[in-house]
Amino acid sequence: MAEVKHDAAAHAAAPLPWGEIFEWAQAFLSGGLILTGAFFVIAGAIGILRMPDFYTRIHAAGMTDTMGAEFILLGLIVQSGFTQTSLKLLLVAFFLFITSPTATHAIAHAAHLSGLKPKLGPYEAPELEDIGKGDGA
Amino acid sequence: MKYALILAVTLAGYWLTLSGYFHKPLILFFGVVSVLFTLGLAARMKILDKETVPYLQVPKTLSYFVWLFNEVVKANVAVAKAVLSPELKISPSLIEIPTHQDSDIGKTMFANSITLTPGTVSVDMQEDGILVHALLSEMANPDDFIEMGERSGWAVGETIDIDGAHKDG
Repeated sequence: MAEVKHDAAAHAAAPLPWGEIFEWAQAFLSGGLILTGAFFVIAGAIGILRMPDFYTRIHAAGMTDTMGAEFILLGLIVQSGFTQTSLKLLLVAFFLFITSPTATHAIAHAAHLSGLKPKLGPYEAPELEDIGKGDGA
Repeated sequence: MKYALILAVTLAGYWLTLSGYFHKPLILFFGVVSVLFTLGLAARMKILDKETVPYLQVPKTLSYFVWLFNEVVKANVAVAKAVLSPELKISPSLIEIPTHQDSDIGKTMFANSITLTPGTVSVDMQEDGILVHALLSEMANPDDFIEMGERSGWAVGETIDIDGAHKDG
């Protein structure tokens, strides 16, 4: 790698190694997308643990299956280039876009029908000293 | 007939995408058989119509999905900020969003878009509205859903004109 760079600098007229540049760009783009996705998956998991009740936890889970899954899939599409695999991944992303809200709605609707009441109004996380003092936190 | 042809082409393309076989005659033959079988079933069920094969709607729906993806990203950032902030400042609320779509598919599109956007989940479908559970107070304003409602109706080919922003294009 270093040698190629040195070569290009030494002979300014030498053609740039486009193939290699493209490969690096692809690696960085897909890596960035996958890392973004992973970040939102983790944020979703933290959200599920921190939220106070069922309905609010659904929102945190929603982050995982929109941004998380979609961005990881986009990163994989970039990774695989123009191949049949990336077409299939595109289909997966498309179907996820349609099915995941449907499943989320089914869960929320079932909870609503069975009479689970959401906690409404402003909420803030309990202070660190108050945790474990008996209200089940 | 037109719908049958378009459905056949779509199914063939789908089969080729998933299988990736282009030069094995036997397997291609099986693919043709399965496409014809599906067409036969659709014809027997009498669903070869505008609703099952909405080919004119495809560009609109795709451009709507691009817009929606942008909205989803924005909402994701807002929810992630709320979740990761130490105070976890949220204020859940139930609000009713009026629907102006005529068709069931339009309403479904709208409710699904609301659910797909993190921070808002459609909980129940009512006569002329959707019951929505919103996570943050800034997401609980029914006026903010007007644009999404119009666009989701437009994506399935409806003319919705609440404030004349954009008509059937």
